[in-house]
Amino acid sequence: MNMLKGRVGLIMLGTALLILPFVLGMAGTAWVRITNFAVLYVLLSLGLNIVVGYAGLLDLGYIAFFAVGAYVYALLASPHFGIHLPFWIILPIGAFVACIAGMVLGAPTLRLRGDYLAIVTLGFGEIVRIFMNNLSNPINITNGPKGVNLIDPFHIGPINFAKTDTFAGLDVSGPIKYYYFLLVVLMVVIVINRRLQDSRIGRAWVAIREDEMAAKAAGINTRNIKLLAFAMGASFGGISGGMFAAIQGFVSPESFILNESIMVLAMVVLGGMGNIWGVVAGAIVLAFVPEVLRYTVEPAQMALFGRTLVEPEVLRMLIFGSALVLTMRFRPAGFWPETRHKREFIEPAEK
Amino acid sequence: MDIFLQQIINGLTTGSVYAVVALGYTMVYGIIQLINFAHGEVVMIGAMVAFTFITSLAGGNLPAPVILLAGVLAAVPTCMVIGYLLERAAYRPLRHAPRLAPLITAIGMSIILQHLALLVWGRNPMSFPQIMENPIIPIGGAVISGVQIGIILLSFMMMAGLTWFVYRTRFGIAIRATAENVRVAELMGVNANRVIAATFIIGAGLGAVAGVMFGTYYGIVHYTMGFTLGLKAFSAAVLGGIGNIAGAMVGGILLGLVEALATGYIGDLSNLCHWPGLGTSSMLAERCADGGNFVVFGSNYQDVFAFLMLILVLVLRPSGLLGERVSERA
Amino acid sequence: MTSTLLEARGVGKRFGGVQALKDVSITINQGEIYGLIGPNGAGKTTFFNVLTGLYPRDGGEVLFAGKPLNLSSPHEVAKAGIARTFQNIRLFGNMTSLENVMVGRHVRTHAGVVGAILRSRSEREEEDAIRRRAEELLHYVGVADRANDLARHLSYGDQRRLEIARALATEPKLLALDEPAAGMNATETAALRVLIEGVRNDGLTVLLIEHDVKLVMGLCDRVAVLEYGEKIAEDVPAVVRADPKVIEAYIGTSAH
Repeated sequence: MNMLKGRVGLIMLGTALLILPFVLGMAGTAWVRITNFAVLYVLLSLGLNIVVGYAGLLDLGYIAFFAVGAYVYALLASPHFGIHLPFWIILPIGAFVACIAGMVLGAPTLRLRGDYLAIVTLGFGEIVRIFMNNLSNPINITNGPKGVNLIDPFHIGPINFAKTDTFAGLDVSGPIKYYYFLLVVLMVVIVINRRLQDSRIGRAWVAIREDEMAAKAAGINTRNIKLLAFAMGASFGGISGGMFAAIQGFVSPESFILNESIMVLAMVVLGGMGNIWGVVAGAIVLAFVPEVLRYTVEPAQMALFGRTLVEPEVLRMLIFGSALVLTMRFRPAGFWPETRHKREFIEPAEK
Repeated sequence: MDIFLQQIINGLTTGSVYAVVALGYTMVYGIIQLINFAHGEVVMIGAMVAFTFITSLAGGNLPAPVILLAGVLAAVPTCMVIGYLLERAAYRPLRHAPRLAPLITAIGMSIILQHLALLVWGRNPMSFPQIMENPIIPIGGAVISGVQIGIILLSFMMMAGLTWFVYRTRFGIAIRATAENVRVAELMGVNANRVIAATFIIGAGLGAVAGVMFGTYYGIVHYTMGFTLGLKAFSAAVLGGIGNIAGAMVGGILLGLVEALATGYIGDLSNLCHWPGLGTSSMLAERCADGGNFVVFGSNYQDVFAFLMLILVLVLRPSGLLGERVSERA
Repeated sequence: MTSTLLEARGVGKRFGGVQALKDVSITINQGEIYGLIGPNGAGKTTFFNVLTGLYPRDGGEVLFAGKPLNLSSPHEVAKAGIARTFQNIRLFGNMTSLENVMVGRHVRTHAGVVGAILRSRSEREEEDAIRRRAEELLHYVGVADRANDLARHLSYGDQRRLEIARALATEPKLLALDEPAAGMNATETAALRVLIEGVRNDGLTVLLIEHDVKLVMGLCDRVAVLEYGEKIAEDVPAVVRADPKVIEAYIGTSAH
């Protein structure tokens, strides 16, 4: 009975997800676009979840790996260098480069106490941005603060993701195509996350999170396993970054500031570290916060005070900051916690 | 002009500021092993509060030093209150929570403070009023300004004061005992909560002064200034050996010097036209002709050095120059 | 006849100015239960931590199964075939009992990220084997009925047993137990004793650090005594018990 219910629910959810872009499209293509970015955030959060949720490593520069993936895509598929590789070649390259960056950063820091990793990743995020801003001289690699424009959209055979096609009398716009592509990627990533969770490696991650010394004594090479988590997370960031570059059509250092890392972290924390569905839910809720604020806060303030006192952007960051603080204080396991983690956070172990 | 000496002077100035900020990180870390990410923001708010006071008083007929002092006297208690509230409201409830919780809270508080400052003082950088007379004194082929002398002297006075406090007063002994072992200190009658709150308050007070010095030196304040400054000061604390008060001072000064020298020389050093053989090679001949330059890394990479140094220290000597081992605890 | 499994030669350890271990040499034979006793602070646990790679040693070497033991890291020691428990039980509290033991299989299994993601046949088979072995071990130590409970919710005695199961999952040649009877009542201690003897009868060698002298003397084939970081005796229990130095060490400390 329950299984049947579950199956019916799944079919309904699937159908809803399939027709969603057309429903949103009626309200305006902008909403499809916003949804696509929300899905990108879900992907990023799932990547960060491996690092923070499973292995318990606080990565505060996660957006840097996203940036690396985005720039790899931008440079290999735009008029900037005149290189135009297809996306299915560049996305793996981006993931690989991000993965290497993650390993280079993690190798020296992962043998130290966890909080060093936090600060080093924080600094790494800044460094990546400084390089993106300045690598336009003496040789123009990144085009500096102006960023890279006219990035190629995805092409699959004759289908161009930047144009509207008509299939069986149905107009399918570019964002709608990206939506379906993202949906497929999202499903793959969720399956990967789930499978990792119930595997030898996944157990080793949780063991390290629970008690690193006992994990070592039980035969786990903690340094390598932590590095693995870090590299996996970085690769997910790299792939997401590549898709971001293609969807947006341009990249600039401005998209990869610290606030973005914080936003992704807030999504993971709010939903519930370590729990896939919690993270998905947290990411969706927080990804729509800026849009909701834009359509509510500004008009409300205009009506009340005749001018905007608090910009939605500022309010957004205040909400994310508070989400981190309040979740840790009152619902440390998040709003949709993994059962294991929930217990850990509710009754902390006497160490 | 003697670039070397000049950069030493500049480095000593910024290094003094780093050192004072680093003290805030190191004292808190020494006692509760928490990286107080929000400390950089406290320093920023110190600079901002002082900015507001000094700007509003600057038009009047008070003498400049009095105005500056008023700015500092407003900034210090404000920051102390913020430091106390941070500890009391955000960190204390999590003192026995799993390790990740206070770290995440710290980063959340940092974001909140930063954006509250944005609400109050706006998005644009503001020029910090230069009310003090600032004589430029030549020394041995370089120059030192009155502000630089003031910053260096004041920093050293604060560091000396803190050292005296920690090593020569009863409360200082309580702080050191708590850093050594909280439970034992409590058994000896130390009120650990008071000690922990005090380190936050002292660190924030020092940070406030550092913020004012920073604003005066660079002549500009901005709601994001605390982030980079905090990151650098933390690197300084790690360089010296986190948890170690003398280490923070040494690390801060050293980091300032390294950063200044690196920034001063990186442009010349990475100018490939000056590299023997390369400048005349066919590849670069065009760019280097007629005194042209091919600078790979310019001074705009200034903010990178502190971070590279942090990584280097973590790889080569994680305990820092004066510290003990910091690798994962049993 | 008896062959040597582990030989420690001149192992030393300093903490700052304190010489915690001085030139400790012991020999553990294949298939015996070897006890390490000594007054509080004699260096038993320190020796244990050095032997299992948790502390770096200051001098000396350890031969294990005829080869020098790589003490650089605990997981190397586990791989070589020494598994340990901790004096103050260290389980993965928020994993189930079964998962705790499954973690112990880590060092003897190979599945990596790619295998886990693709769920290849060999990976599924390995995962099944891990689970089966873990279930067997839970039966073996007698906590099978708590397989799906979080480790932190087990009773104290069950936690001790679970920790032994996790150690056994690494397929050790030598099982090193750090005060396994600490905090146990008489019934639990008796059951523990049966378990340890069973482990030995199944062909393993056991190193036992214990405070409970009676348990050690009754259970062990040979016993070494540490005092102030030095070995003062090593022999069969009857001889050790009669050794004047040992008597003095125990009476000396209890007189304080």
